[in-house]
Amino acid sequence: MTDFHYIGKETKRPAGPDKAAGKAHYIHDLVRPGMLFGKIKFSEHPHAHIKNIDISRAERLPGVKAVITAYNTPELRIGFLRDNFALKKDKVRQYRDEVAAVAATDPETAEEAIRLITVEYEPLPGIFSPHDALKDGAPLVHETDARGRARSDNVLPLRFHHESGDLEVGRSAASHSAEGEFSTPLVQQCCMGTAGCIAEFSMSNNLTIWAKTQIPFLAQRDFNRALSDMGLGGRNTRVIVPTLGGGFGSGLDTHTYEYIAILLAFQTGRPVKIVYTRDEEFAFLSPRQSTHTRIIQGCDSEGRLTFRHVEVLQDNGAYTSWGATYPSVMMLPATSLYRVPNVYFDSKLVYTNNTYCQAMRGYGNPELTWALESNMDELAGEAGIDPADFRMINCNEPGETTPMGLKVSTCGLKECLESVAEKLDWKKKHGKGKRRGVGMASLMHVGGSGRIYRSDASGLIIKLDDFGNANVYYGGIEMGQGLHTFLTQAVAEALGIRPENVIINPTDTGTCPWDVGTHASRGAFMAGNTAILAAEKLRRRIFEFAEELFPKEVAKNIKKLQKKDPDFKAPDFDVAAAAKRDRFELKDGFIFIKDAPAEGYMRVELGRLLRAIHFRNQGQMLTADVFYDPPNELPDFEKGYGNISATYAYGAQGAEVEVDTETGEVEIIRMAAAHDVGKVLNPQTLKGQIYGALAQGVGYALYEEIQSHEGRILNPDFRDYKIPGTLDMNFPIDLEFIETDDEYGPFGSKGVGEPGLVPTAPAIANAIYDAVGVRVHDLPITPEKILAALNKK
Amino acid sequence: MRINISFMLNGSEVVVEVEGHHRLIDVLRDQLGLTGTKEGCGKGECGACSVLVDGRAVNACLYPALEAEGRSVTTIEGLRGPNNELSTVQQAFVDQGAIQCGFCTPGMIMSAKALLDSNPDPTEEEIRSALLGNLCRCTGYVQIVEAVRQAAVQLRDKP
Repeated sequence: MTDFHYIGKETKRPAGPDKAAGKAHYIHDLVRPGMLFGKIKFSEHPHAHIKNIDISRAERLPGVKAVITAYNTPELRIGFLRDNFALKKDKVRQYRDEVAAVAATDPETAEEAIRLITVEYEPLPGIFSPHDALKDGAPLVHETDARGRARSDNVLPLRFHHESGDLEVGRSAASHSAEGEFSTPLVQQCCMGTAGCIAEFSMSNNLTIWAKTQIPFLAQRDFNRALSDMGLGGRNTRVIVPTLGGGFGSGLDTHTYEYIAILLAFQTGRPVKIVYTRDEEFAFLSPRQSTHTRIIQGCDSEGRLTFRHVEVLQDNGAYTSWGATYPSVMMLPATSLYRVPNVYFDSKLVYTNNTYCQAMRGYGNPELTWALESNMDELAGEAGIDPADFRMINCNEPGETTPMGLKVSTCGLKECLESVAEKLDWKKKHGKGKRRGVGMASLMHVGGSGRIYRSDASGLIIKLDDFGNANVYYGGIEMGQGLHTFLTQAVAEALGIRPENVIINPTDTGTCPWDVGTHASRGAFMAGNTAILAAEKLRRRIFEFAEELFPKEVAKNIKKLQKKDPDFKAPDFDVAAAAKRDRFELKDGFIFIKDAPAEGYMRVELGRLLRAIHFRNQGQMLTADVFYDPPNELPDFEKGYGNISATYAYGAQGAEVEVDTETGEVEIIRMAAAHDVGKVLNPQTLKGQIYGALAQGVGYALYEEIQSHEGRILNPDFRDYKIPGTLDMNFPIDLEFIETDDEYGPFGSKGVGEPGLVPTAPAIANAIYDAVGVRVHDLPITPEKILAALNKK
Repeated sequence: MRINISFMLNGSEVVVEVEGHHRLIDVLRDQLGLTGTKEGCGKGECGACSVLVDGRAVNACLYPALEAEGRSVTTIEGLRGPNNELSTVQQAFVDQGAIQCGFCTPGMIMSAKALLDSNPDPTEEEIRSALLGNLCRCTGYVQIVEAVRQAAVQLRDKP
């Protein structure tokens, strides 16, 4: 194991003090000179023709600078299937459809103007469940596709499918099988800082947008396309990312409100800010998709899995965002969690008149793992095998290539399962019933980025200054997870300077190199690998220059000492002869010759050497830029094959619960979590990631659900949409990190941003089953569902 | 109708003109430029806007600005010491990794301060109860509770 200086240490978050002092600036805090406030008028029907929009009264209100609709602005088609529009014409397809928008001198006037807009509708029959959307004669949400071709049904033209082995062979080899249907609800990301942006045009019609995004460069591409659609072809967008009040996937696409702010800013010639209120965020920002999964698995008499059959039906809502590609991640656990030779996976996505959905942490994996890991316990029950033993029998191992073609470089799943079993005192506690029970569930996820675009790259620039500081320009997003903390550590470690000399600059497409986005738990993996490459480049150049300049600086040191003390004698070491590029080392901001006497005067501070390189004839300043595209493959998703990630993360979580059979209430007594993280980069931020994700997993398991009636969101606030609070999380969480030292990960590490919430819900569900013998198949596991199941028993 | 009110804000007297429907958070953020106090829900459900009024933690999004007349208001900006030094509670949040996205942090710190001012040696239950009205989506609260515990010990040890 390499001896690290900063990796593995609790380096503090660079922005921590500013955040603690209230000095971090979120989109809500930003103001531009002359700024106007935008507000959106949303639909009053889930599915209707627009007959007429009357904006005349709003236009006359003093303080209103623009009122826009689809009828007085250029058409902006958005979304990767181009099935959505910034403003809606002719038809609305969900309650959150944008029919008009205003810009006014203050938020109150903007709100008043919205109230003065009247819209006449002709209501249409709507579809509010994916099952109804598939029925013969179901109303069409979209009559045509983006190219104007007639559509005949509500199924999206996206195919994610996998078949491997022979399912019939697997079925006949099975001594036991278990079938189950499972569902997951719409869930909100619930960033504490709501969504918003400021759009501003220069007189050359270039756009600057301050955006709450996780994909600044893909957003730039989307906005440039919008500029082109506005008749501003060839003009450019600069995306600046302020401090983010959470991300959790909500920033993985561009949003209608951003395009509306752009239209308003162009029309008024003034900066326009749109920030959602909490109610708007709940009702009009895309949540996690709901899913219905049917799963059948079988095993032989020894407990070895022989086949797995999985079908998923997803409610896409009215339009298509990146969330529609959840099955690209679902097929990972479906094909590759545990060793299973014969696999069938298929997914279907359908349009409905519900709110349209997008990415959230885990991206399909919590949904699929909910079904898979619940069903694993069902199958273990059928086979009469202890669920912990059953998982061990089928556990993945390093060196495997899975049915999807995933190459497992390292895998600590076995150690994770053992750890959780031990922490829960499994042998003693499992199977005892009496309203107390233990349960566990595993996970696998991408751990070495995930290629879902043609490029899966990140660029990074380090600019060294005259003071020995490394100024870092990186396009990945710090959204609270600690990316900048780790980037600081990685640059310090790889370059050989102190963390306090690493300066991470704000994310800005105008200064940072391209980055595909901060998704797929790739933040630290990509930041670390790019930092290592850039540091290597800089060290090479520093050591080249040092051959000439280092001996001169050491001579100055010695001269200074001799001036102070005439008797001082330098040791017998020929610095000039030893000053060869491969004999230098740089550590903690000092450059020295590895085998030279370890005296202070034999070391030169990096800043001093950089000044010597800079301030002379034909001087130089040192900058390194790198662009890293990880060694993974873009899978063929229709065949479900391809090594999507450079490495894979594994983990297991377990819960001990007590169930009140009178009320159906579940009390979590404690939880255990063990994660294969490759290498612990920073114990404090790593714990923070797992604790936080696990809390989201608890909410997902027990109470979080966006409730809607015929497309209308019924609980758009924290009173009726409950997220875990301090007292809900009042139980011990026993955490362990398994280090597998992965060859592809920076310093041996793997991605860990999402895994912490993936197995939480099935672990809790399995514990509930162990406690009271009932299994709830539909998240969240509310007391009502438990009571209903108990009464049925 | 606009009315002049005066109150103590972070130790200094301020006079502002407000309307009846203005909330304390509007005065702090929009009129006085103190954007450290965050608005997370506008309904008193998330605690991001927690400030102290006469030493008690309140939601500035529910608190009528007129009610501040003659009172003493402390915001996150008022905790910082001279020469850009963080207070004990703020530093404890930094030390313990209790901050992720940071949007809930100012409110969380104000609620923690209100607790520690009235109860210098709180149990974990008391810490969790005091922070019940402050939601955090990032941390799972473990390191936040540890931060409040660290601050309690350090404040007790202070001469």
